[in-house]
Amino acid sequence: MVEAMVKKPLIKALEGDKAVAEAMRQINPDVVAAYPITPQTEIVMEFAELVAEGLVDTEYIRVESEHAAMSSCIGATSAGARAMTATCGPGLALMWETLWVASGLRCPIVMAVVNRSFSAPLNILTDQTDMMGSRDSGWVQIYAENHQEVYDNAIQAVRIAEHPDVMLPIMCGHAGFVLGHTLGRVEVLPDEVVRKFVGEYKPLYSILDIEHPKTIGAYDHWDYFFEHRRQLFEAINNALRVIPEIGQEYGKISGRYYRLVEPYRLDDAEVAILIIGSGAGACREAVDEMRQKGVKAGMLKVRCFRPFPADEIVKALKHTKAVAAMDRCECFGAEGGPLFIETCSAFFNRGLPMKMVDYFYGLGGRDTVPAEFCDIFRELSKIAETGEIKPPIVRYLAVRE
Amino acid sequence: MAIKLNEICNQEEKIAPGHRACHGCPETIIVRQVLHAITAMGKPVITASPTGCLEVCTSPYPQTAWRVPWIHNAFENASSTLAAVWTTYRHFVKQGKMEDRDIKFVVFGGDGATYDIGLQFISGVVERGQQIIYVCLNNEAYMNTGVQRSAATPLGAWTTTSPVGKVIPGKTEHRKDLVGMMVANGIPYTAQAAPHAWRDLMTKTQKAASIEGPSYIDVITPCPRGWRFPIDETIYLSRLAVETCMWPLYEVEYGKYKITSRPTQKKPVTEYLKAQRRFEHLFLPENKHIIDELQRKVDEDWERLQKLAEMD
Repeated sequence: MVEAMVKKPLIKALEGDKAVAEAMRQINPDVVAAYPITPQTEIVMEFAELVAEGLVDTEYIRVESEHAAMSSCIGATSAGARAMTATCGPGLALMWETLWVASGLRCPIVMAVVNRSFSAPLNILTDQTDMMGSRDSGWVQIYAENHQEVYDNAIQAVRIAEHPDVMLPIMCGHAGFVLGHTLGRVEVLPDEVVRKFVGEYKPLYSILDIEHPKTIGAYDHWDYFFEHRRQLFEAINNALRVIPEIGQEYGKISGRYYRLVEPYRLDDAEVAILIIGSGAGACREAVDEMRQKGVKAGMLKVRCFRPFPADEIVKALKHTKAVAAMDRCECFGAEGGPLFIETCSAFFNRGLPMKMVDYFYGLGGRDTVPAEFCDIFRELSKIAETGEIKPPIVRYLAVRE
Repeated sequence: MAIKLNEICNQEEKIAPGHRACHGCPETIIVRQVLHAITAMGKPVITASPTGCLEVCTSPYPQTAWRVPWIHNAFENASSTLAAVWTTYRHFVKQGKMEDRDIKFVVFGGDGATYDIGLQFISGVVERGQQIIYVCLNNEAYMNTGVQRSAATPLGAWTTTSPVGKVIPGKTEHRKDLVGMMVANGIPYTAQAAPHAWRDLMTKTQKAASIEGPSYIDVITPCPRGWRFPIDETIYLSRLAVETCMWPLYEVEYGKYKITSRPTQKKPVTEYLKAQRRFEHLFLPENKHIIDELQRKVDEDWERLQKLAEMD
């Protein structure tokens, strides 16, 4: 049920990166520390203008590297600031050490990640190798399919990260160039609605509290480290409950309700594609096309990859006969990409058989068109009919061999 | 302001006894001097340390030696971390969310974290003018991990990664001049200090704490384990470093050089070298040229420093 909006939303044509900057303007964080990197630069440039024009109160630390950006965000959140940053690909890689510090110190940092491939060979275009590479670093990870989700995710991210049962940093991924540099329709909420939704950040403690000095980031030996990591594991799993809660609450102010996963024509589907991010648009078209041809095709878009919504994925797909997982990342030497492997594991652990194949696709910014998804559906139909998968189980989509 | 010893004696220690620093380690001596100097100004202090000796010996969870707020992030980034804490503090004051109590922000970092892996971060903080006092506890090698050479290690010194072998006699390069780099970076205040000269070190700390903008104090930190000397000679070694001009005590305030303590009689570097087993191989006849080179460099630097101080 979509409830009546308090105010009519403003409709803007925004580039994905600018949608992030617009959300940041409305969130008005205490501190932003960021370093420019293609294709994230639009975010930091736009935000620099907002600061220069006095349209935000934010302290903008123009750091000399992404490592310093994350280091600064950790310092700022330890002092009780609401801190945000943005990066992509190699920048995220440079932060890697401190990603773990941010989650370990339970810093609710919000970071936009404009998904970009890794060198070498040098490639600045989109795939999800960057975020997938850091999937086990204790960060919550959500992905956007389109411009609207880029904006909506950034706002919800603040609440997810700062939720007392979570208190963890969060990455919001969106495809570089494909979403980041293209214009899309974005319904922008009124400033006061966003400010009310995100509220004021009330940290449990702050290093600035000189009356109650805290030692933050102590040296942790074998005798406690394991327990602290266990607490982090509990915290990130709490996000499985918190993310849909926040998504519901956000729906009440926007009319757009968010969950961990989003099914498309799955109710009676026999074959399904499991996908993350911007590729879902073309896949959705392929679903419609196949449906017209009488194939019971469906799609499950995974919005949240960390924590992994295993129950929701299995629940949504278990009635289907064959599933293709789409992995837009590199995972050299593994038996499939992370989405495939973890979904296989989810079915196996619940004692449910599922015929599954994996497709690596769209690396380094290669487009994947509906016709290619249609081919996958045809392949899945064959698997569904025969009950057999012709090897290899892990495939590369539309690659010159 | 003058340092009044009898007042300082009655101040609360901001770093608790029972920490796990080695016998003879001057790190906590220096930390106490710095924190006492700021406390004597009536200013609260917030601290940070990169990974290193001081970090591990003061914060073994669930214990802590810190009676002031303290944060450890990683090895290279204590400067950016604490600088962001300062930025947040300034923001909250500006927003009226916090009272301005003129809090001082101090990093205590080893030379590895400062001269090598963290240099970019420090340089960034200085360029941005974020107001922290960075104190380098300079024991001239990576002592926490077992005496590996750093850019602060002097020429000829034995370390575990500049070992003395048949072909190579210890470290083959002179140390980096970090105070010089800070001057070039346009830092408002920087100094070299030593723990035996406690009044000098505390005065420099107070100057750093009074100045607008970032500051950097490099403190020689004789390490019995890494330098190979008896644990009761720490302060003696600190004094010798200054008396031989291996480690001159000076400061640079807005580009103006001042020598804060001149040795009454400049001793030969051999006095300093022979007191430490990390240099014992230099006294073999075939290595005499290294001692000569050290002496030449010390003389040249001292001359240069005196000229710079005269000019100002």
